[in-house]
Order: sequence, then structure tokens, then C-alpha cells
Amino acid sequence: MNNTIAKQKKEKSSSKRMHKGASLNARRARKGWIFVLPFVIGLVLIYLPVIFESISYSFASYTRIPAIQGGGYTLTWVGFKNYKEVFSSTVDANTGETFIEMLVKSLGTQAIDIIAILMLSLFIAVLLNQKMVGRAAFRAIFFIPVVVGAGIMTRIDATSAEILATASGVIEGIDTGSVEGGGMSSIVSAMDIGAIFANLGFGSGLVDIVTGIVENIFNIVNRSGVQMLIFLAGLQSISPSVYESCQMEGASSWEIFWKITLPMLSPIILTNAIYTVIDAFTSESNEVMLQIVGEDITLTPDPILSAKAWLYFAVVAVALILVTAICSSFVFYQRRNDN
Amino acid sequence: MNTQPKIKKESKNKIRVDFERAPLSERLKAKYLNAYFYKKIIVSLFKFLLLLGISYVILYPFASKILQSFFSPQDLLQSDVQLVAKYPTIQTYSLLITENGYFSALLNTAILSFVCAVIQTFICSFIGYGFAKFKFKGNKVLFVFVIISLLVPPKILASSLVQRFVNFDIFGIFEATGFYDLLGWETGLHGTYAPFILLSLTGLAFKNGLFIFLMRQFYRGIPDELEEASYVDGYGVFTTFFRIILPCSVPMLITVFILSFSWQWTDIFYTNIFLPNSDKVLLTSNAFWSTMPPTLEAIREEVLIGNDTAQSTFAAIVMNTAGMLVVAPLIILYLFCQRYLIQGIEHSGFGGT
Repeated sequence: MNNTIAKQKKEKSSSKRMHKGASLNARRARKGWIFVLPFVIGLVLIYLPVIFESISYSFASYTRIPAIQGGGYTLTWVGFKNYKEVFSSTVDANTGETFIEMLVKSLGTQAIDIIAILMLSLFIAVLLNQKMVGRAAFRAIFFIPVVVGAGIMTRIDATSAEILATASGVIEGIDTGSVEGGGMSSIVSAMDIGAIFANLGFGSGLVDIVTGIVENIFNIVNRSGVQMLIFLAGLQSISPSVYESCQMEGASSWEIFWKITLPMLSPIILTNAIYTVIDAFTSESNEVMLQIVGEDITLTPDPILSAKAWLYFAVVAVALILVTAICSSFVFYQRRNDN
Repeated sequence: MNTQPKIKKESKNKIRVDFERAPLSERLKAKYLNAYFYKKIIVSLFKFLLLLGISYVILYPFASKILQSFFSPQDLLQSDVQLVAKYPTIQTYSLLITENGYFSALLNTAILSFVCAVIQTFICSFIGYGFAKFKFKGNKVLFVFVIISLLVPPKILASSLVQRFVNFDIFGIFEATGFYDLLGWETGLHGTYAPFILLSLTGLAFKNGLFIFLMRQFYRGIPDELEEASYVDGYGVFTTFFRIILPCSVPMLITVFILSFSWQWTDIFYTNIFLPNSDKVLLTSNAFWSTMPPTLEAIREEVLIGNDTAQSTFAAIVMNTAGMLVVAPLIILYLFCQRYLIQGIEHSGFGGT
């Protein structure tokens, strides 16, 4: 009895739906398409053709037609020949280092940098979130790299370094104030961090990593601005009453950090990890990127460079998927049903 | 023990009483001479010094570049001059401003950055909302493309992008109507502002993937009930977006606007592939910031004759000064707006999900 009524109701509603056209969900899905339409148009008209062209260069050999015969160029399909060449190509004639060796080495240094950037930006964001003397001023200073963009500062430094490289040497004492190195690195080397750590009885590998980070601190600080901003936003979204109740229960600030702040921030850590991986692998200061795109922008297609670029892209995509997979397993979602 | 307060003075509506309490010295001792207080002082001092140190790291390149921008060529011949000029001069600035056309470049950059930032902020919030709140087939695949657009460095695509805009056409309409001949644009959209606008309109400009990502995360944190209430009251999806959702997201929009504005301002790559040797000089065009003003060149040759090292050091200083001129307006604007940048992201409720 009940069943038949339900059946009737169902039929009725479905016939009504048929009458009105698409279901609510289908209509909503269509609205969703309208929202993402600008991106889809760009993807179809500009981005995908450009990507396709670049990938097709990597599978082709390129010959320029002389201007007398009408100019332009021809591409002939050569399959994986360019990629094979990349695997055997050397980047440094002196040491005989191959591109693949360089790629592997760079992956290692980038991994250390990424972890250092994440830790530093989280630490600074926690500090900047507390009440203290001169907080407003510190906040203003720490986000200057976000606004100015590390790109233009490294570019300015690169340009002046290029000019200086043409001369026989640099005048004693004059330091043009580059972000990396310059007067700052002399301060770091004066502290002789290596010696301090070597006496503490750590392994030499660990000492190398730590000194590497300290010597690279300018780079790391300048690259962690956006992450700091995102962490600060995440910290603000944690309800103060959670902290209050923890303090009432007698938790120390150390415990509060590990038991409350870190789990509550874990989705943000995932976001930041993804962003940092993308940023680190595509930044212009990265040596593999320098190898691929060079200092100057070339407007003629180069099959070998395209092959290198797409090989590198594949490696980075795999790295990104790995990082996402590893981080997601640690993420704590406050509202699980949301996802 | 007498706990009754001692009455010192009493009038009609006022009373002053004196409680019995420990003497001042005892109280101060109890307050300040304990391990807890020392620990607090040491910890906050440590934090302060750490932040100060990192601030130094951030500000040092700016400070040294600005100090050296006042160097005159004579300073480079002095062995004792390091950071502060002995013969300070502002001719580097004045010549860069007059001979390299600083103000027209500044105006061009300001207009382009503003227009692009407005478009990017709006388009990215629009797209981000679509990704956050609608379940449709292909949602995830499309979002992967957003990540890919962030992940593929635009430099790899430079030649293809330029080709694309030189021959820009939608299904052959422009070709058929003779659109470019009509406008006299021989190289298509290349050499105009159109590529910047088109890339902004489609959410593909510099780091727009990040903005879409940020807006998506933000909109996921907005409760669905808000929209449901609006639908019940008779608003459609788009009216809801413009009337309810956009006003809610103003703090995040401000943050995205500031980021897109300043990244467009300092962008070197797109500027130099889309507007090479064009009459539209931006601050980041090679014509402005990596060209030595002729008069300065002459002065350099004259003063530092025969000293190659000093000559190229001076050239590097001029380039640094030009770079400072590029970022200076941005930093001044930032100092006025930084409150909104930080407040914006703080009140965004970003990261709730």
C-alpha cells in the first residue's frame, strides 16, 4: 500500500520534471559552466593551442626556410629523438654533468628549500599573529617581498651582475646590494656556522643542509611572503575560544601549538605546500629553469629546449602529485562532510 | 587580621579608603623577581631580535641600492666609499626621469596595471565561485588545467604565445572582415595592450591560477545556507553572486586586487614579449629600466676614463637605481594599503575547510 503511494508520487514528480525540462542538478551544472566559461574560452582559444604547439615542437625537428624562399619554418616529426638527446646531453662542459644529473640534484635542493620555506613561513606567521611591540611595522616589512615580487628583484640583480661580469673585477668594498650574496653572505660566513655545528657531533650531511639553508636565507625569506600571508589567514580563522579552553585545562603553549594550531592549520599547510612546490620549481632562480629558458627570452622555437621543458614539467607534475598525496594523508578536516 | 578597610576621607558622594596591603617594594618584588617574568622577557626579546634580523634581510637590498643611487662617478674612485656617498648627487635620478621618460612610463604602467587588476580580480572570483559551488561534469578536470596553467612556466610558451597574438583570430572572422587592416595593426594584437586584457579576461595572466585557487578556497568556506536563503527569496544564481556573494568576499577581493596589481606592475616577461620596441613604454620595458640615459653615459665616460671596473660598477648602480624607481611607487602605495592587504586576508575566513 505504502509502496504504491510512493511509486505514484515518484512517477508524478518525474513526469513533472520531464515537463519542466532538465532537473535542478542539471540546471545548476549548466550555471556552473557559465561561471567557468571565461576560463574555458581562454583554454580552448589560447592556452591549449599554445601548449599543443610547444609539445609538438618537442617531437619535431625545426628547419628555418631562408627569407628568399618565403621565410617561415618547417617542422618534421622525429618522434622521441629530442627526448633521447636530452637524456644524453651535458649541461656543463667542464664537469661533464648531464641534464638528468642536474635535474636530480636540483630536486634534492628544491625539496630542502621547500621544507625550509614552509617551516619559516609558519613560524613567522605564528610570531606575527601574537601581540608584541612593533607588530604592525614588522607585518608591513614582511609583506614587502610579496608586493614587490621576488622576480623583479632577482632580475635587477641579474642585470647588474651581468654588467659587472663584463669588467675584470668588482671594486673592493662596493657591494651593489644583491639579494643573494653580497655583503650579507660575508656576515653569514663570519659566523662560521659550519664550525659551530660540526662540534655538536651531527653528521656532516646534516651540517651541510643547515649551512646551506642559512647561506640561502635571503632567497628563502624573499620566497615565503605569500605563504606567510596564507598562514596568517589560517591562524586568524582558528576560534580563540579553542585556545581559551586549552589554557583553562592547563596546556602549555608548546602543547597548544602541536595539539591545536598544527592540526587546525593542516589544510592550509597542504595549500601552501602545493603553492611552494609550484613556485619553487618554476621560479627563475632555479638552475634547471635557467638551463631551460635561459637568461633571455628566445622567440624562435627550439625543439631540444621544448623537450627539456616538457620533461621537466612531467617531473614537477609527479613531484606535485606525490607532495599532495603525502600531505593529504596528514590533513585534519574540522568538517569532514564538506569534502 | 583586620580586613576592614580604613576610611581616609569621606564626603557626601565620595569615599576614599585605604586597604591594608603589602608595601610597594614587596609587591614589585613579587611581580618582577620571578622565573616566570624572566622567561617572558627573554622569550619576547628573542622573538623581537629574530624578527628584527629577518626584517634586516628583507630591507638590506633596498637600503643599499637606495644609498648607492646617490653615488656620483667620482665616488667610485675613492677607496673609502662603501655605502654612503662622499659626493652625493641626484643626477642619476633626474637623468633617468627626464631622458628615459619616467613619468609617461609610470602613467602607462599605472593604467595597464589598474585595468588588468580590476579584470583579473573580477574574473578570478567569478571562475573561483564556479569551481567552488557547482558540481558539474568536468569540474575536476578543468581545475587540473588551472593548476597546469600555474605549473607551466610562461617562458616556455613565449614564442607560441607571441605567434598566437600576431595571428589572433576567432574562427577566421578577423581575417574575413579585414579587421587588422582597418585598424592598421600589421602585427595583429602584438604590440598593443590587447594580449594583457585578453589573458586577464580568460584568467590566464600571470599567476591567475593562484587567484582562482584562493577564491575557490574562500568560497568553499562560505556556508551554502546563505545562497539557499537567497534562492528561497527569489534571487537567481547570478543575482545571488553579485548581490550576496561578492559583497561578502570584499576582504578577499582586496587581497587578490593588491596582489594582481603589484604583480602586473613588476611583470617583466609579458611586457617585453608583447610590447617590444613599441611606443608604449612601461616601467618594466627594456627601453626604460635597462637603458642608460645618454648624458649619464657621457659623464661616466668622461670621469671614469680608462677604469673599466669603475665604469661597469657605475652602470650597475644606474640599473639598480632604475629598478628602485620601478618599485618605489609600488612600495609607497603599499605602505598606504598594507593595512587592507593584511586585514583582507585575516578577515577572509580563508582555510576554514
